[in-house]
Amino acid sequence: MSKPHNNEQTPQKPGKEMSRRQFLTYTLGGASAFMFVGPAIPMVRFAVDPLLQKKTEGKYIKVVEANKVTNEPQEFSFEITQIDGWYESKPTLVAWVSKDQQGNIFALSPICKHLGCTVDWNNNAKFKDQYFCPCHGAHYTREGKQLAVARAPLDEYKVKVENGFVYLGDIIPNQHVQ
Amino acid sequence: MFKGVYSWIDERLDITPMWRDVADHEVPEHVNPAHHFSAFVYCFGGLTFFITVIQILSGMFLTMYYVPDIVNAYYSVEYLQTKVAFGQIVRGMHHWGASLVIVMMLLHTLRVFFTGSYKAPREMNWVVGMLIFFVMLGLGFTGYLLPWDNKGYFATKVSMEIADTVPYIGPYLKELLQGGTVVGAQTLTRFFAIHVFFLPGALLALLGAHFFMIRRQGISGPL
Ligand code: HEM
Ligand code: FES
Repeated sequence: MSKPHNNEQTPQKPGKEMSRRQFLTYTLGGASAFMFVGPAIPMVRFAVDPLLQKKTEGKYIKVVEANKVTNEPQEFSFEITQIDGWYESKPTLVAWVSKDQQGNIFALSPICKHLGCTVDWNNNAKFKDQYFCPCHGAHYTREGKQLAVARAPLDEYKVKVENGFVYLGDIIPNQHVQ
Repeated sequence: MFKGVYSWIDERLDITPMWRDVADHEVPEHVNPAHHFSAFVYCFGGLTFFITVIQILSGMFLTMYYVPDIVNAYYSVEYLQTKVAFGQIVRGMHHWGASLVIVMMLLHTLRVFFTGSYKAPREMNWVVGMLIFFVMLGLGFTGYLLPWDNKGYFATKVSMEIADTVPYIGPYLKELLQGGTVVGAQTLTRFFAIHVFFLPGALLALLGAHFFMIRRQGISGPL
């Protein structure tokens, strides 16, 4: 004669059946995880959106006649259209334009590669024919190679020469040194 | 009248044990400046908290006039400082308090360090204290941009260049903090949200943990 209440003692095959406690732990744990992660996903995606938005390539802007560019760097400013979220503005950018040894026109950005102050050409008697940053004394060669303080050479603008005019585009890492 | 109201509530909710538990505890002699004047160093933690409360309150009131928008932020701060009664005082409290809270926090940290209070069993509270320290730096960092003046704008630009130098993740970190490719409209709203909601929330939670552990473990003994 079988004793039904003895069933409890029967050892079960391990891993086959789940205890009531385990079942509740899993379902409650899963449900809570879902309730936390579900609302969190939209919020996190919302917060990181600027990082994931496609970068649009900037337009080339006409800056100066090509025959005005000399071996000596000259400063030119030009306006770009900048879209910053719900604001459209026209900030003025500055480029130092000159010819390299092969006679190709190149344009350096004056944003110091140390911490972002603005460099100037030949503005310090100690560093003749160099770009110098007044903030912490970084200085750079004519091609933008860093000689002190900064970690990288000055960035340059993409350059296009068309119909005798110099057009400048996006800022890219320096192509003239290293 | 007050007593009547109190007993009416206490009869129903039995609130006396709750505040007694918080309020009734001994101040040991070695931390009481009335016994040893040099014990004033034990006040720096409380002073840090006092200024933190002032920061939170004055900050809440500043948001009654302030707008986090690159066109109007500067004008709203100028208006609240020059046109609103006591605006100079309320902004001044927040402005100077922001520096003072860091000073007090450093003095408090020095006291904890030199009394060896970070040792077992209080290691966790030292760690929580360090987290509070970083949250405070974050509040100072994000708050500095909010007036959208030249100082705050360029200080933030420099900070972004510093973030950019972090190995591997630097450029992403910079763009995430900036909320885009430039320090602009989305940086200001982002910093505002972090300054008035995210970090104060984290700060209150950490302070709760800090004080809970102090009550559990008591103040560390005399040297
Ligand atoms: C312990 C915490 C806090 C610290 C260290 C802190 C720090 C700062 C700093 C350094 C500024 C720039 C002040 C200036 O340039 O004059 C600032 C501005 C501001 N903070 Fe805070 N803050 C704290 C808490 C809060 C809280 C809790 C709120 C709001 C709920 C808040 C709201 C504001 C607002 C609206 C401004 C812009 C107005 C202005 O610049 O005068 N702050 N904060
Ligand atoms: S920002 Fe130019 S030297 Fe530091």
